[in-house]
Amino acid sequence: MTATSASPLLAIRSLRAAYGKIEALKGVDLDINPGEIVALIGANGAGKSTLMMTIFGKPRARAGRILFDGRDITDLPTHQIARLRIAQAPEGRRIFPRMSVAENLQMGADATDSGEADRAAGLERVLTLFPRLKERMAQRGGTLSGGEQQMLAIGRALMSRPRLLMLDEPSLGLAPLIARQIFDAIRTLNRQDGLTVLIVEQNANHALRLAHRGYVMVNGLITLAGTGAELLQRPEIRAAYLEGGRRA
Amino acid sequence: MDYFAQQLINGIVLGSIYGLIAIGYTMVYGIVGMINFAHGDIFMIGGFIALISFLILVSIGLTVVPVILLIVLLVSMAITALYGWTVERIAYRPLRHSFRLAPMLSAIGMSFVLSNYSQVAQGARVKPVPPIITGGYTLLEQNGFVVRLSNVQIIVVVTTIVLLAIFTWLVARTRLGRDMRACEQDQTMAALLGVDVDRTISMTFVIGAALAAVAGMMYLLYYGLVDFYMGFVAGIKAFTAAVLGGIGSLPGAMLGGLAIGLIETLWSAYFSVEYKDVAAFSILIIVLIFLPTGLLGRPEVEKV
Repeated sequence: MTATSASPLLAIRSLRAAYGKIEALKGVDLDINPGEIVALIGANGAGKSTLMMTIFGKPRARAGRILFDGRDITDLPTHQIARLRIAQAPEGRRIFPRMSVAENLQMGADATDSGEADRAAGLERVLTLFPRLKERMAQRGGTLSGGEQQMLAIGRALMSRPRLLMLDEPSLGLAPLIARQIFDAIRTLNRQDGLTVLIVEQNANHALRLAHRGYVMVNGLITLAGTGAELLQRPEIRAAYLEGGRRA
Repeated sequence: MDYFAQQLINGIVLGSIYGLIAIGYTMVYGIVGMINFAHGDIFMIGGFIALISFLILVSIGLTVVPVILLIVLLVSMAITALYGWTVERIAYRPLRHSFRLAPMLSAIGMSFVLSNYSQVAQGARVKPVPPIITGGYTLLEQNGFVVRLSNVQIIVVVTTIVLLAIFTWLVARTRLGRDMRACEQDQTMAALLGVDVDRTISMTFVIGAALAAVAGMMYLLYYGLVDFYMGFVAGIKAFTAAVLGGIGSLPGAMLGGLAIGLIETLWSAYFSVEYKDVAAFSILIIVLIFLPTGLLGRPEVEKV
């Protein structure tokens, strides 16, 4: 697979990563263009979450390059990558359980040294998207429900005014209604604010309908790529990820 | 009653010193999950630096006691903080991703290094100083028994309260404090949010060492002596205080410090001085049987 766009916001080239001796990424190529929603789908253990974490250097890439806005970030320390305004709502949400909702959001704002005005505007935006959080501001993160935690994880990521937002299974374990609210919020952010999004999902149907383009990952390799609509039509996608059967 | 009141005062003063040291144990445990066995020796280093800077100030002819105390306080905090930073940098950080016991063993080694280094550099004998702060107040006089509150005691307790207030504000309200709490709860996520985890851990050691330095200086003022070995017993006591209060809990460290100080003092006053340590550790054991996470510790399980 080769890059098609002139200047992708994120370009991943032949990326390899491993946990100890287990190779999780075996040479991944992937592009995300500015303003795009890109979906990454695949079965459990395919390496989707690893790819997201490797972009942040956790684990470090064994080979290959990661370019953000043309700059090589492969060997940058994790916190400096975050300060380039790449934000992630990671697998398992990873809310700070003993911090209030307000502090969790502040942690997101701290990631980029934005001014007080930007911070207030960002907070306003997050609370408009997820009004539920407004009622929970003083509550500890650990006491929120799963859906609220997911909203908080996305809200926290948004507080850094990201140029690239990465979402790892935002609908996992949520009631369908809440999941829809979250997908709606992502669509709104993309359309209104031009936010670039990489979304990892097992719910391929949802993700491919939302995304402009999608990649399919199997055993640490990208096996298919195309627009969301194209991928939804592919028989092997329908068989593997859409029609009930979730074969590895 | 008057005897009890006097012992209460003594216990609170001793407890303040333990509490200041205990905070360093509990902070480091919270953020990197290791017991920093060299922390007691950092306290000892703080005492020595206070002594040395005091002697230097006096020898250059400074006589205004409050000014001397303030300079000694700041100098010993700064230099001891540097020791704390260095110990973390050379003995713990390289081992952070090693097996769990490695930094702990390294800490025990560091403890020996620091105390032996002080023994070689400063000599093995106890270093006494003449009372720097004298005087005090008689609170009560009854049946020939006098309850006294000395100026040193006031200074120890007031300094501890002021520092704790600043420290609590720092942890609860500042960016650094928030970063420290974030690292304590989830280091990977903190890094994903732009927190420089290494720097935050360094700062934790720096702050812990600065508080231990204050404890060292207070010890010097209160007991009028320091020696290279004083970090061992005080360190074990403060560690006990941190466990008693609930390791990882900052208010717990202070509460545990006060508890150990009071138990020790009251036991010495009413039973026997020889068994005061036995009493303190026995109470620790009893508390841990009924509250395995200490007085203010939180259970390990968190709702996620």
